[in-house]
Amino acid sequence: MAGFILRRALLVLPSLLGLLVVCFLLIRMVPADPAVALAGDNATPAQIEAIRRSYGLDQPIHVQFLRYLEGVARLDFGQSQFSSRPVAEDIAQRLPATLELTMAALLISVGLGVPLGVLAAVNHNRWPDFVLRVVSVAGVAVAAFWLAIMLQIVFAMQLGWLPLRGQLSAGLTPPPGPTGFLLLDSLLAGRFDLLADALRHLVLPAVTLSLGGLATITRFTRAGVLDTLQKDFVFYERASGYAPRRLVWIYVLRNSVAATVTQIGLLFGGLIAGAVVVESIYDWPGIGSYTVQAILTADSKVMLAVTLLVGLIYAVVNILTDVAHALIDPRLRDRA
Amino acid sequence: MLVLRKFLRDIPAVLGAVIVLGVVLLAIFGPWIAPYPEDASASHLLRRLRPPSAAFPFGTDNLGRDIFSRVILGARGALKVSLAVVGAAMAIGVPLGLVAGYGRGILSEAIMRVTDVFLALPQLILALALAQLMGPSVESAMLALALTYWPFFTRIVHTETQRLRNALFVDALQGIGASTPRILFLHILPNILSPIIVRATIGLGFTILVAAVLGFLGMGATPPDPDWGLAVAQSRGYLPNAWWFATFPGLAILVAVLGFNLLGDGLRDLVDPRLRRSR
Repeated sequence: MAGFILRRALLVLPSLLGLLVVCFLLIRMVPADPAVALAGDNATPAQIEAIRRSYGLDQPIHVQFLRYLEGVARLDFGQSQFSSRPVAEDIAQRLPATLELTMAALLISVGLGVPLGVLAAVNHNRWPDFVLRVVSVAGVAVAAFWLAIMLQIVFAMQLGWLPLRGQLSAGLTPPPGPTGFLLLDSLLAGRFDLLADALRHLVLPAVTLSLGGLATITRFTRAGVLDTLQKDFVFYERASGYAPRRLVWIYVLRNSVAATVTQIGLLFGGLIAGAVVVESIYDWPGIGSYTVQAILTADSKVMLAVTLLVGLIYAVVNILTDVAHALIDPRLRDRA
Repeated sequence: MLVLRKFLRDIPAVLGAVIVLGVVLLAIFGPWIAPYPEDASASHLLRRLRPPSAAFPFGTDNLGRDIFSRVILGARGALKVSLAVVGAAMAIGVPLGLVAGYGRGILSEAIMRVTDVFLALPQLILALALAQLMGPSVESAMLALALTYWPFFTRIVHTETQRLRNALFVDALQGIGASTPRILFLHILPNILSPIIVRATIGLGFTILVAAVLGFLGMGATPPDPDWGLAVAQSRGYLPNAWWFATFPGLAILVAVLGFNLLGDGLRDLVDPRLRRSR
């Protein structure tokens, strides 16, 4: 098993390098002179020239790339233009908030999606199936930014049940905590008031972010269970008098989730990208809102670092997905 | 005709086809259908933020413009962007997929590795970054989306071409000395058209959605365009009182994207009976 994981991990390195090259080229090839942008509107040609030299922008592109690569190897992504802090520091500070949000969304997607998918499959072509099918297609078609605003209008502005934005109410300070994860730190510090407040702030963003994944997981679970239900072993077990509920929720489900597990892996990448929109609407202090700020200010260092980070997360999740497959289906361990 | 009858029995797919037809008709005839076609750019400050009524079924916005008219007028922009993006992505992705799937050399390997890298990129983030660097406008949004969408076509065409590479008819064509471009574009391409069409249909819906996100974040359409995403962004200063301002343009996005997705799903079932619905 350890060898399997190691082999998969090594396969990721070339694609990460490719990711870096592509991002670097795309962002540098775009017809805008970064030195002019950095210098501001009233700069003289001499000032622009000085900036170009101090940032190494006068060097050939491959030299610039190698210098960038050298920095990346030391986790030095340069300095953000709008926060004037090292990009790596900003990201390290904001990553926990995004991970908390995406994990919560993933939990909702899987926790609701798998049972709903089974429900739809068991009731194949009866009304629960029809309802869930329409809802799951609509779930992929809804614009997250619009859903977020609708939820804000209803649950925050009109009913006042949940907070409108942010991660914590004004006036509360997060615990200095060891992990940087707000929920975890509040729990460790025994501050249950903070924990409750943070959880209330988490509900709307997590629900918004989870919807697309919920729809996908429901669809794939339904298709998988429908397939398995027609297998001979189900027929046999039914004939042997297994309790129908136990049969469906344990034996059938275990044999149906392969495609769903792949989807969960793919979803994670989508969740991080979706967080860009959701975080900026709910003012969530994570990577997503940071990315939007960077894009609005054309901060190419931050954009490069975030794209690489998302690519890296994507690659790691892909490895974990393969490992999960191997755990579910022992036949896969010998291949690859 | 058997195919048509089979399609007509699939109610969700027919619903999708009706919606898509509706969006296309609105896009073509919008200015003649909308009750206040001049509200694409005019403003009437005396009737700002009116709630829905008989005269203004979806209410009016912050500049007193009829939201119903602007939702209708927005169809043209949404469809134009998605057609251009999917068209450009196909123009890049399909030939690359054909070449990569047919050949066995280093070129085909290189194309697929680059495609994989692009598929691993966060599409939305990259599109946003490119749109900003090229200067926010509808044109740069379209270019950015096309540059991030082509790999989906390459991957699908690659798989299908590889499947056909060893088919008997390709062998025969090689035997009588047909040129490679001739085999690829006149013989293989027509045989793999259906999965491309299915992907394109779903891609049209997806592009409407992503273009709306770009518009919402100020990286796509610019005022006073009657863009759906932009309208939702403009409504944010007037909530929750002017709820209709945010609700109806967002519903328009939902319905349009839903239509393309349902139609795409239905076409896929039709083209490939092995894949059952909802897969």
